[in-house]
Amino acid sequence: MAVEQSLTPAGEQTRIHNIGYRHYDGPRLGRAYARRSLFSQSLRGAYGLGRSAKSKVLPMLLFVVMCVPALIMVAVAVTTKMKDLPVDYTRYAILLQAVVGLYLASQAPQSVSRDLRFKSIPLYFSRPIERGDYVLAKYAAMTSALFALTAAPLIVLYVGALLAKLDFAEQTKGFAQGLVSVALLSLLFAGIGLVVSAVTPRRGFGIAAVIAVMTISYGAVSTVQAIADAQDNSGAITWLGLFSPVTLIDGVQTAFLGATSAFPGGHGPSTGQGVVYLLVVLGLIAGSYALLMRRYRKVGL
Amino acid sequence: MIATESLSKRFPRVTALDRLSMDIGPGVTGLVGANGAGKSTLIKILLGLSPATEGRAAVLGLDVATEGAAIRERVGYMPEHDCLPPDVSATEFVVHMARMSGLPPTAARERTADTLRHVGLYEERYRPIGGYSTGMKQRVKLAQALVHDPQLVFLDEPTNGLDPVGRDDMLDLIRRVHSDFGISVLVTSHLLGELERTCDHVVVVDGGKLLRSSSTTDFTQTTTTLAIEVTDSDEHPDGTRALREAFAGRGIETTTGGELPGAGHTVLITTQRNDTYDLVRDIVADLGLGLVRMEQRRHHIAEVFRSETDIERKEAVTHGG
Repeated sequence: MAVEQSLTPAGEQTRIHNIGYRHYDGPRLGRAYARRSLFSQSLRGAYGLGRSAKSKVLPMLLFVVMCVPALIMVAVAVTTKMKDLPVDYTRYAILLQAVVGLYLASQAPQSVSRDLRFKSIPLYFSRPIERGDYVLAKYAAMTSALFALTAAPLIVLYVGALLAKLDFAEQTKGFAQGLVSVALLSLLFAGIGLVVSAVTPRRGFGIAAVIAVMTISYGAVSTVQAIADAQDNSGAITWLGLFSPVTLIDGVQTAFLGATSAFPGGHGPSTGQGVVYLLVVLGLIAGSYALLMRRYRKVGL
Repeated sequence: MIATESLSKRFPRVTALDRLSMDIGPGVTGLVGANGAGKSTLIKILLGLSPATEGRAAVLGLDVATEGAAIRERVGYMPEHDCLPPDVSATEFVVHMARMSGLPPTAARERTADTLRHVGLYEERYRPIGGYSTGMKQRVKLAQALVHDPQLVFLDEPTNGLDPVGRDDMLDLIRRVHSDFGISVLVTSHLLGELERTCDHVVVVDGGKLLRSSSTTDFTQTTTTLAIEVTDSDEHPDGTRALREAFAGRGIETTTGGELPGAGHTVLITTQRNDTYDLVRDIVADLGLGLVRMEQRRHHIAEVFRSETDIERKEAVTHGG
């Protein structure tokens, strides 16, 4: 009895009011807003933000791995009063291409194959957003994520170089060239990574396929280039570079962005050959975009 | 709400929709048809995602061919298949979908909380969807279709895969979408029985053609058939037969209650006048039997559908020949 008496007033205080269904008459911001929202959601997702704690581990770890060598170089440069940074801005991403490849392999499949695998695509396309918006948002998000990954260590290097009171004009020029280079790299890698992972709804296959395309092609091209170098066939070295994403970027920045080539013997492309490299890179970017558009034409409702 | 005019959709090998003309008003409308009858194709066209081969269609007064984006802003869609990622919570997922519909961030969060509460998801909405039961997943799918407060929702087989209780809950919820939320509903199903309870209006499609379109009350209108069941007595060991004979003696035709178990004890008569009830009472009393049951029979949609189909088939055969 006592229990009941004490419960009654409490029950009245905590009564749930059924306010019924309320209509929404606020603004509807339309396609462009939805595209921006999808972009920011995908970009955050590429670093595990807004996802489970477990999915934050790998991208964050790779981000740190990308930045640590830059920090060490800066520390060394500042303490030993070096006249120049140990590594060119343009060279940094090429040195750490394995980390970039791993990041792409882990994040590109989660960005696109999740929606395919769990068949969420119809939910997007039954809304104002269209196929082009979806592809654009996903492509832009992946590019931005890669750019953040590759540009952050360059910023560390640049700030460090200024702290070490290295030549300002020279460093700024190098930094700008590095940024252009990693922007191009981000566009190219994101395109290839997304196309490869959009082919399969299985994430595991996607990861393996991206690693294969990125890292193995680089390994293969480097090996064949080394053989060509041993045979003193410098022309072959230059043209072989067209067959892997990493060497493509290396070629473009050697020809146009004042970088020293990472090719064996430094046999990077000349400006004329560089035009071919640049055309191939741009062609691959446009091709990736077209392939993604084609891929999503089939998966509507 | 929805109007189509000789809408056709032909694929290289099959004709999914064949000159479909119909007019659907506000309320809950059931779209019935066997698998492959063209229901999903119709929804795709109505969302402006797939062009019709010929004919026209308008949703909320907007042309599907030219104003698809405007339609999709005002309409919600719940797909038939699974479409939820298992690794995010219902709240996160529905907020994201609300933003995809163009709702600003704050409104998206408020509407998500409201909508999930309305479909009956409470504390579990913060847990990853992967751990939900089928019934809860269906509710999340419904919530994402309602979160932007559409004027009309398309629900594609919302009761698929649910157990009988879950099915009843879902049907009640669909009813409430219209009665409480004021949102019109187009719900597809291959089960007529479900729609009988839920819908104001039923459209039957078969092979891409309109078989019938009428209100549910038309389908299940009270018939003039009266079902009577009586007890047996010592005087009349077979009460049902005695009753039938007594009716025959007065010139009233009777039929047995069909082939269902126990139906042999039911006598069906056609009521002609209002005094039929009195007549039944008097006859049963005269025979000294106990009256167990006397009720008006209602048609089930299924019966109507079956006979309609038969008629259509016969007509088709006649015309074809």
